[in-house]
Amino acid sequence: MSRVFKWIREHLAVLAGILALAYLVLPNLVVFAFSFNKPVGKFNYEWSQFSTDAWTSPCGVADMCGSLSLSLQIALLATIGATVLGTMVAFALARYRFRGRAATTALIFLPMAMPEVVMAASLGTLFLNMRIQFGFLTILIAHIMFCLSFVVTAVKARVMSMDPRLEQAAQDLYATPAQTFLRVTLPLAAPGIAAGALLSFALSFDDFIITQFNSGPTTVTFPMFVWGASQRGIPVQVNVIGTAMFIAAVALTVAGQWIGNRRKAQA
Amino acid sequence: MTEQLRDAATAGGDVRLTGIGKTYGDFTAVHPLDLTVPQGSFFALLGASGCGKTTTLRMIAGLEEPSCGTVLIGGQDVTALPPYKRPVNTVFQSYALFPHLDIFENVAFGLRRRGRKDVKKQVEEMLDLVELGPLARRKPHQLSGGQQQRVAVARALINHPQVLLLDEPLGALDLKLRRQMQLELKRIQTEVGITFVHVTHDQEEAMTMADTIAVMNGGRVEQLGAPADLYENPATTFVANFLGQSNLIPAEVTGRSGEDLLLSASGVRLSVPRARCATEATRIHLGVRPEKITIAHASETVAEGRNKLSGTVVDSSFIGVSTQYVVRSEGGGEIAVFEQNMERDTRITPGAPVVLHWNPAHSFGLDASQAIDAGTGEEAA
Repeated sequence: MSRVFKWIREHLAVLAGILALAYLVLPNLVVFAFSFNKPVGKFNYEWSQFSTDAWTSPCGVADMCGSLSLSLQIALLATIGATVLGTMVAFALARYRFRGRAATTALIFLPMAMPEVVMAASLGTLFLNMRIQFGFLTILIAHIMFCLSFVVTAVKARVMSMDPRLEQAAQDLYATPAQTFLRVTLPLAAPGIAAGALLSFALSFDDFIITQFNSGPTTVTFPMFVWGASQRGIPVQVNVIGTAMFIAAVALTVAGQWIGNRRKAQA
Repeated sequence: MTEQLRDAATAGGDVRLTGIGKTYGDFTAVHPLDLTVPQGSFFALLGASGCGKTTTLRMIAGLEEPSCGTVLIGGQDVTALPPYKRPVNTVFQSYALFPHLDIFENVAFGLRRRGRKDVKKQVEEMLDLVELGPLARRKPHQLSGGQQQRVAVARALINHPQVLLLDEPLGALDLKLRRQMQLELKRIQTEVGITFVHVTHDQEEAMTMADTIAVMNGGRVEQLGAPADLYENPATTFVANFLGQSNLIPAEVTGRSGEDLLLSASGVRLSVPRARCATEATRIHLGVRPEKITIAHASETVAEGRNKLSGTVVDSSFIGVSTQYVVRSEGGGEIAVFEQNMERDTRITPGAPVVLHWNPAHSFGLDASQAIDAGTGEEAA
């Protein structure tokens, strides 16, 4: 009996890990499995027959690939915009004392703390009052705004933890301010910037509420398409896209780990 | 490599600070001071934390802008030059190695920034000098503290600076390694002949390594001189207490006898050579180092012409090479005595009556207007 307890005690951490992983991955596996389904009727909830139809014609559903492409474009541009702007804001907040610094710090935090629907509605009202045509641009501006907070938070934490002596050492070793920034500051801040950028991409890509309030009649993003489709019956292709995104994300993470390990092994 | 470094050193590496000072708002970190560090010397700035020694060093490096005064290196005024244009390199406290670069690239950093090609040979030679050749492709965090310290030295020295600045370079190392690195740094300095300016709060480290020490306190240089000179002839109570340990006995000058001043310490008559008295005041602190004092049982007779104090042993602690006694004296409060463990008098135990005696020429006189406990680390702030 005690041996059983001992075994459990020794493997409890692994067991907990597996359970957590199962909890996280199981929905994805269902999505993956049902991407090979050939549903009867409009809804893809019941297994009927194996088929690779959805995988061979992923764009077989009207408007879906258009919305996917729109979402990717917006996510990419929002990521670039938010990362560049956010990195600069983070450096300013972490390194300099200036008037309005405390207010900026507080305001930057707001989009993360505020209910999304409030922000979405108020942004929509703002655009309406300014008579700006709803469409690609309004979505992009909105996305950059809420991604900015995450980039600033991630980069600021990184910059604050950086030893200022490293930059002084670079200057002491004949690096001009520009060289110091490129050779020392930026590489050291890179993990924070990358984290902020990845978060931005993910958040922008799957944002629904803010996008819904600030999009035009022709700018239907992928989440909006899925939402719309779910009223009528979700096509199997959505599962294909979901699975593909999941695989891409996992591949990216694994590749990152692998490169990191190889660097460590080399050193 | 060492020949090249020597050439760089002979190009002129004396540092001259004239009237240099630094204030932050109302706070004066460094009072305007003049300091000349001769070329090729090993110069130590010694003081407790917050005494302005690191600020002084950073002003030489260009990392801190002086509020007044000028910095000359090898005769050239560099006061207005940014750090990357000054012919000096720094070994930072806790090394500041670039964590994202390997050891090779850390050492090559300075050469690359000045557009040197073919850095491979030089870097390899430099890594060999500090015995880290096989670790060239490691990252800094994979090295031990002592190894990181050597990388920091190599990274600075490879640029053939006219002056090498060291900011508490051994502070993060354990005692044994610190001793080893002290000798190592001294060896490198002798070998390359570059001017070293070394900031430290460790008086033993300063005395072991430096040719000249400037003792700093409260943003001022208290005294400057060779280690033995500072130790034997401290000019202030701070130096007397901070550099080694001193017994300071309040005394009054009562007269003169030839070259000696006659003193009275609570009625006990003592003397000190006039030449060893740093003041003309009538109230002085008579200083004597613990190891200069001989301790004897009260029943023993003491030769004439020696300063004598009777007292009672309060405490004795055996520390191997010597025994340290604390004696409550009749004239001068508690006196510390270090006695070599050669022929120990077994009667000298706590409670025993003893007589302390020393050669008057081994004592020194300081102005009594100074705090008697300055630099002990226990003084009232």
